[in-house]
Amino acid sequence: MLQFILKRLGLAILVAFTVSFISFSLLFLSGDPAAALAGETASGEDVEALRRLYGFDRPMLVQYGDWLFSALQGDFGESYYFRLPVASLIADRLSVTMILGVCGITFALLTAVPLGVVAAIRPNSIIDRIALFISVAGQAMPSFWFGLILIVVFAIQLGWLPPSGTATWRHFILPTIVLGYYAMPAIMRLTRAGMLDVLSSDYIRTARAKGANETRVMFRHALRNAIIPVVSLAAVQMGFMLGGSIVVESIFALHGAGYLAWESIARNDLPTVQALILIFSMFYIVFTFLADVLNAWLDPRMRTS
Amino acid sequence: MTEPLLSVRNLRLDIPTGSGTLHAVRGIDFDLNRGETLCIVGESGSGKSLTSLALMGLLGKSIKRNADRMTFDGIELTTASQGQMRRLRGARMAMIFQEPMTSLNPAYTIGDQLAEALLLHRKVSRQQARDRAIELLEKVGITAAESRLSQYPHQLSGGLRQRVMIAMALMCEPELIIADEPTTALDVTIQAQILRLLHDLGREMNMAVILITHDLGVVARVADKVAVMYAGELVETGPVRDIFNAPSHPYTRGLLRCIPLPGKTDRGAKLGTIPGIVPSLVGEVEGCVFRTRCPHAVAECRGDIPKREDGNHAFRCIFPDGKRHSEKELTV
Ligand SMILES: Nc1ncnc2c1ncn2[C@@H]1O[C@H](COP(=O)(O)OP(=O)(O)O)[C@@H](O)[C@H]1O
Ligand code: SF4
Ligand SMILES: [Mg+2]
Repeated sequence: MLQFILKRLGLAILVAFTVSFISFSLLFLSGDPAAALAGETASGEDVEALRRLYGFDRPMLVQYGDWLFSALQGDFGESYYFRLPVASLIADRLSVTMILGVCGITFALLTAVPLGVVAAIRPNSIIDRIALFISVAGQAMPSFWFGLILIVVFAIQLGWLPPSGTATWRHFILPTIVLGYYAMPAIMRLTRAGMLDVLSSDYIRTARAKGANETRVMFRHALRNAIIPVVSLAAVQMGFMLGGSIVVESIFALHGAGYLAWESIARNDLPTVQALILIFSMFYIVFTFLADVLNAWLDPRMRTS
Repeated sequence: MTEPLLSVRNLRLDIPTGSGTLHAVRGIDFDLNRGETLCIVGESGSGKSLTSLALMGLLGKSIKRNADRMTFDGIELTTASQGQMRRLRGARMAMIFQEPMTSLNPAYTIGDQLAEALLLHRKVSRQQARDRAIELLEKVGITAAESRLSQYPHQLSGGLRQRVMIAMALMCEPELIIADEPTTALDVTIQAQILRLLHDLGREMNMAVILITHDLGVVARVADKVAVMYAGELVETGPVRDIFNAPSHPYTRGLLRCIPLPGKTDRGAKLGTIPGIVPSLVGEVEGCVFRTRCPHAVAECRGDIPKREDGNHAFRCIFPDGKRHSEKELTV
C-alpha cells in the first residue's frame, strides 16, 4: 500500500512540474510579454526598459526557475491589471470557489448515491423512474437556465433565499444546488449501473448464503464494491468544480476564481492567468491522487498492480 | 424410523419467460438423513442448481417455488419467514458454489469473510472467530493458515479459494452442506482432492451432504444415495449400490455407459453424449420427458408414467424394469 502511494505521489509530482512549466510558457506563447505589457503606443526604449525590469531578457529556464521558486512561496507576481500581488487577489476569490465546490460535490454525492442505490435495488420502480427523470432533466437543462429558475422561484417569488452575493451561508444554497445538480446525473447513473452489476455477482449470493441480512448485503457487500468507480468520477468532478464554474459564479454574482480567470483572460492579465492555471491544475492533480489512494484503499486488487 | 433431516415432496419451480412458463423443476421427491451423502447427477440444464438454490431459499425473485413438503429438521421451508431462513442459512445449512473465482468478495480479506460467517450467527468475540477461521483453514488443508487471514481473494488460486469457501461453509458446523459442482471450475488434479476433503469432513462432522457432480467415479466412492436428474425430474433415485448395479431408468443406463473406461474410451471423448435433444420445458409437459432420446420409447410413453418403487429405489418408466433386462451388456 505504501509503495503504491509513493509511486502515485511521484507520478503526481512529475505531472505537477510539467503542468507548471506549460503554464509558465503561456507567457511566451502569447507573444512578446514586454511589448504586451507596454501597450501599443509605447516606444522601443520603453519596451526594452520593461523587458529588463521584469527580467524577460534572461534565459527562459532561469525565468521559469525564478517564477516557480516564488510561486512555491506563494508569490505569483503582480497583476498587470490591478497592480496588486496576484496571490492576495486570488486568495479571496479562491475561498468562494472552494466553498462552492465542496458544497456542490457534497450535495451531488448525498443525493446521487442514495438515489442510485435505491434505483438499483428496485429497478423499474417508481423511484427508479423518478431518478431517471431527474438525471435526464439534469443533463438536458443548461445550468444558467436552471439557476435562473431557482432565482425566480426561491429568491424573487417566495423570497426565501438571497438571489446573489456571498455575504452569508444562505447565499450559497442556490449556487450549491445548481452546481451539484450538474454533477449529479453521472454519479447517479454510475452508482446504479455499478450496484446492478455487483448485485448479480456470485459473492452477493455467497453473502446471502451465509445468512447476512439484506441491509448488510446491500451496504457492506454490494455498495462497498459498486462505489469504487464513483470515487474516481467524483474526484474528477471535484477537480472541475474547484476550477470554478464560470456559469454558476456569474449567475449568482459570486466573485470566485472561475470568474476571475475568465476576466483575466479577457484583460490579458498574464500573471493572474498563469497563477490560476497553475492552481487549478494542482487541485486537479491533488484530487486525482487522492482518488487513487482512496481507490486503492477500497479495492485491494489495485494495490498490487 | 427417525425423521429425515431433509424431506422434499413434489417440488416445482416455474420461471416466467417471454414465450410462456418454463417448468424448470417438475415435482421432485427425496429424503436425506443426517450424515448421509446424496449425489445428484444429470446433464447441464437439468435443474440441479435451481433445486439446491430452492432449498437454501436463494432463488431469484422471478422464480416461483411450490412444494407439497420441503422440510429441514421439521421446519417447513416453503412457509418459513425471511428471518427464519436467514438463521438457517450459513448456520444449519450451508452451500458451496461452482465458481470459486467469483464467489468471494474481492474487497475483504479471507479472515474477514470467514469470521463473518461465524459472527452472523454466534455471539463470539472477533478473536474467537479468528481462531475458528484458522482452525478450519488448517482442516481444509491450507498451510500457513494464520498468514492467509490477511490475504485477499485475488491473491489465491482457484483451488485455494474453493478450500476457503468450504472452510467458510463449515464455520458454524452446519447439519447440511450443499456443494453444487464444487470442482467443475478447477484443475483436474485438484478436483479429486477437494471432493475427497468434502467427503471426509462430512463424515467427520456427521453432516448431511448434497453433492452435485458430473463425476460418476466420485459418486461411486462417496455417495450413500444417488438421484438422477433429467429435464427437471428425478427420473431415478436410490441407494448407490442399486443405481450402479441395477440402473433401471434408460437415462441412468445411458449416463453410466458414458463413463470413460481406461483403454476403451477414446481420449477427449465427450462425457454424457446420449444422442437426441432435450425437450423444451416451456408450457405443458406431458408423458415421459426422456422419450425424445429413449431407445425403448413407444407410443404409450406419451401418457402418464407410473412411479415404480422398490424400497428406497424409485424410477419412472412405463416398463416395470425400465427395459433393463433387454440391455445385456450392462447387466453382466
Ligand atoms: N434465472 C433464470 N431465469 C431463466 N431460466 C433459468 C434461470 N435459472 C436457470 N434457468 C433455466 O433452468 C434450467 C435449469 O438450470 P440449472 O438448475 O442451472 O441447471 P443445472 O444446474 O442442472 O445445470 C436451465 O434450462 C436454465 O436455463
Ligand atoms: S417411459 Fe418410455 S420413453 Fe420414458 S424412459 Fe421409459 S421407455 Fe423410455
Ligand atoms: Mg448448475
